[in-house]
Amino acid sequence: MEAIFAQLLNGLDKGGAYALIALGLTLVFGTLGVVNFAHGALFMLGAFCAVAFRELITYEIVTTDPEQLSPWGSPLEIRTPIAQQYLGDWGAVIIDYSVPLSILLAIPVMLIIGIVMERGLIKHFYNRPHAEQILVTFGLAIVLQELVKTFFGPNPIPQPMPSTFRGAADVGSWLGLTPGAVTYPWWRLVYFLFSIGILSAVFAFLRFTTFGMVVRAGMADRETVRLLGIDIDRRFTLMFGLAAVVAGLAGVMYTPLLPPNYHLGMEFLVLSFVVVVVGGMGSLPGAVAAGFLLGILQSFASMTAIKNLIPGIDQIIIYLLAVVILLVRPRGLMGRRGVMES
Amino acid sequence: MNVLRLPRQDVILFAVFAIVVLTMPIWLTPFGAAYPGLMQKFAIFAIFAVGFNILFGLTGYLSFGHAAFLGVGSYTAVWSFKLFTMDAIPALIFAVLMSGVFALGIGFVSLRRSGIYFAILTLAFAQMSYNLAYSVLTPITNGETALQLTNNDPRVIDMMFMERTAGLPSPSIFGQPLGGIGGFYLCAVLLLVAFFIAQKVFASPFGMMLRAIKSNQTRMSYTGFNTRPYALTAFVISGMYAGLAGGLLAVTDPLAGAERMEWTASGEVVLMTILGGVGTLVGPVIGAWLIKYLENIFSAFNEGMLHATFSWLPDGVEDIVVAVTSKFVGEGWHLTLGLVFVLIVVFLPGGIMEGVRRIRSAVANRRDNRRTRFSTSAAE
Amino acid sequence: MQYSNNTVLHVADVHKRFAGLHALADIDLEVEEGKTHAIIGPNGAGKSTLLNVIVGRLAPSSGAVVFDGQVLTGKKPHEINQMGVARVFQTPEIFPDLSVLQNVMTPAFAKRDGAFRIRMLNPLANEAALREEAEEALADVGMIERRHLHAASLSRGDKRRLELAMCLIQKPRLLLLDEPTAGMSRHDTNTTIELLKKIKSRGMTKVIIEHDMHVVFSLADKISVLAGGRIIAEGAPDAVRGDPRVQEAYLGGAH
Repeated sequence: MEAIFAQLLNGLDKGGAYALIALGLTLVFGTLGVVNFAHGALFMLGAFCAVAFRELITYEIVTTDPEQLSPWGSPLEIRTPIAQQYLGDWGAVIIDYSVPLSILLAIPVMLIIGIVMERGLIKHFYNRPHAEQILVTFGLAIVLQELVKTFFGPNPIPQPMPSTFRGAADVGSWLGLTPGAVTYPWWRLVYFLFSIGILSAVFAFLRFTTFGMVVRAGMADRETVRLLGIDIDRRFTLMFGLAAVVAGLAGVMYTPLLPPNYHLGMEFLVLSFVVVVVGGMGSLPGAVAAGFLLGILQSFASMTAIKNLIPGIDQIIIYLLAVVILLVRPRGLMGRRGVMES
Repeated sequence: MNVLRLPRQDVILFAVFAIVVLTMPIWLTPFGAAYPGLMQKFAIFAIFAVGFNILFGLTGYLSFGHAAFLGVGSYTAVWSFKLFTMDAIPALIFAVLMSGVFALGIGFVSLRRSGIYFAILTLAFAQMSYNLAYSVLTPITNGETALQLTNNDPRVIDMMFMERTAGLPSPSIFGQPLGGIGGFYLCAVLLLVAFFIAQKVFASPFGMMLRAIKSNQTRMSYTGFNTRPYALTAFVISGMYAGLAGGLLAVTDPLAGAERMEWTASGEVVLMTILGGVGTLVGPVIGAWLIKYLENIFSAFNEGMLHATFSWLPDGVEDIVVAVTSKFVGEGWHLTLGLVFVLIVVFLPGGIMEGVRRIRSAVANRRDNRRTRFSTSAAE
Repeated sequence: MQYSNNTVLHVADVHKRFAGLHALADIDLEVEEGKTHAIIGPNGAGKSTLLNVIVGRLAPSSGAVVFDGQVLTGKKPHEINQMGVARVFQTPEIFPDLSVLQNVMTPAFAKRDGAFRIRMLNPLANEAALREEAEEALADVGMIERRHLHAASLSRGDKRRLELAMCLIQKPRLLLLDEPTAGMSRHDTNTTIELLKKIKSRGMTKVIIEHDMHVVFSLADKISVLAGGRIIAEGAPDAVRGDPRVQEAYLGGAH
């Protein structure tokens, strides 16, 4: 019982990441009708916003201290991160909180990247066949990940989580179970709550603002909205930017859980497509539900008991599920009829 | 013999193609590419791309999982070396058959959907194979260390005829070792066979049915065709081509790793086909050659060579140019590849073959214009 | 239920409901062998729904469609075609990427070889018999001189003629035509009607779905009038034209 509960928790943070990426994929597909194979790369770019932010604030300023000597007899070099140099103790706090703080950098950067991508490339593909959309965004994904590789190198760059959030929460004892029976790392809990927060914000935005209303109407029937004289293209561009920001933030906050490397995006992309397919192409709630469902399922499949029963199941469970769903229920859990059928 | 019959212009095309392929060691010399390792790759990846094009070019089904069949071919060939004999023929036959079986299974399931769903299904299957090769299937694939020959391999057939010798054996054909140029000619001959079969498909009623499926599947079924077995046949054929290519990779270098099945490898064959020209016979071959050639050139470049290349520029400018270009060569070759991919899809979705056709028709138009102008002025 | 001996298509007591909406109610049609049967009605009368039920694209809520003694309901499009039913669509469905001649040869293969047969050994160029047959079919619809064109480049009227040739080459027992002149210029409409008149005398049975009564008037042996999902009148063209119910529901106000 406790083991099951623990696995349930374990799936939540990964599920949150899947849901956030899949949400963006679905939004872009629903509004622009574009199948974006570069969406995973946006997740990866977000993660590298965190890396860049940390490198920026920990850039070391070298001063020499004539009072002290190094073991080699020369004046001791003191390396101080730039943030600490100018902000003192506050700088240390900022460095400690570099991951959540890099959200401030990621929002404008991802928005700009998203808008440039849409205006510069994607918009020329609205009316081209889906195969060509897949191909061009696939090429773009390669370009983005290789660019990151040239600047940040091929190896994963671990990002520490703020020290307050190290260790694990004793979730079990909160619920009256034996203390220590079910624990859940604090940062994963933070990530789960963060993803819930972003998801609610996006849904509220779509539900309660005029902008969101137009976008939803556009998803349902683009031509009619256009006939109403609403400049839908500009809104859709912003929508793409928003999807990029969501994917980017998902990437930023995920860095302490998985050290980002340049091909992170592709790994998540394939999984997120599976999520979108399972949830139903074009359905926002479907994408979210399927994201969490698959995260949890994956976590269950990696239980030792289950792995012993069916070896390798943890490696393929998600793909297997996608295959089954596509064959049995091609529209996914909550998909609309006829979307992308031809 | 119907089996060998082709329309006249196809016969000419095949003859020209055969000459081009077989004389590679001669005409590639000025390009500095006439060494066996690279020429083998030219032939092998051309086979892969020609096969992929039978599916994507004719039926329009975009598979993102064809590298899986390449990997299956490689593993099968290496196992044939290990278990039976170092002869290449059985290894290749097993490779083709085994990948055909895999393609039949995966195709049967994936072809129940079309469009983007088909692409994702094939991608999912390829990822599954890749993940499994690295985990549970390690006894068969040897995981990250890659499957290799060892001295203790049973090689039951070889052992009936000869003594175990010290040192690892190498692949052979009819007892002749297949090193270097011999390996190239084996690949070249198989490329010709593969190309010929592709020509047969393109020229046959079957090829027309596949094109009709791409053109209008609704009309196809209301015309009385059961489209799925047609597409499945194309899928299996192209899977077998990939298996042959994978088998040849193992024959020329007897080792098989799971990275061959990675989805980036699937993306590469898509790019080769697009770059050359989807749905044309020669296009995929040109695409494969160009990419493998550029890969060879670009990834070998380093900063020292760039400095040498741009030494005629003023010093400051030289440094900047070298700093920028160095991002695109060596390790950065994939960046160039990605850019080429994007540019081709944006500006020339029909690939190089479409470019050639456009230039040709532009020239023809100009000639026509001149002639018309001439005749009108003559009439006055 | 009474079958007259020569009924080839029988739509038996078909109902179709969509989420509470009664799209088709109590449809009972008997199409006689060799006759041209037109189904007309104003927009929204349920004509397309009826056609889709006949070809098996939509399952009826109750009732059945029987062709030549076999139930069509639940069969796949290619199976229905192989039974001898060919269909002309409202927007011409052709193979835009093939040549005009190949467009017509393709259905000839389906007729000769069945739903699936791989022919790889003999090049297409050697299929002289089928080629001649296809050229005849093209000549029949007056398109022989365009046989080498890319089908995508044809005008809409020519696409319709091509589609007809693709159906005729299969010598179907039943030809279904879904608004064959919809969206056409006057000129194209006239040539299409001429063509349909020309093939009228051939043995095949035809069902024409049409919005415009004038189009079918000279073509049909029998007309069923559909309005609000029901057949409100049926009979010979003259009788139907004189029927006051039809005038009210369909022609109402027209001259």
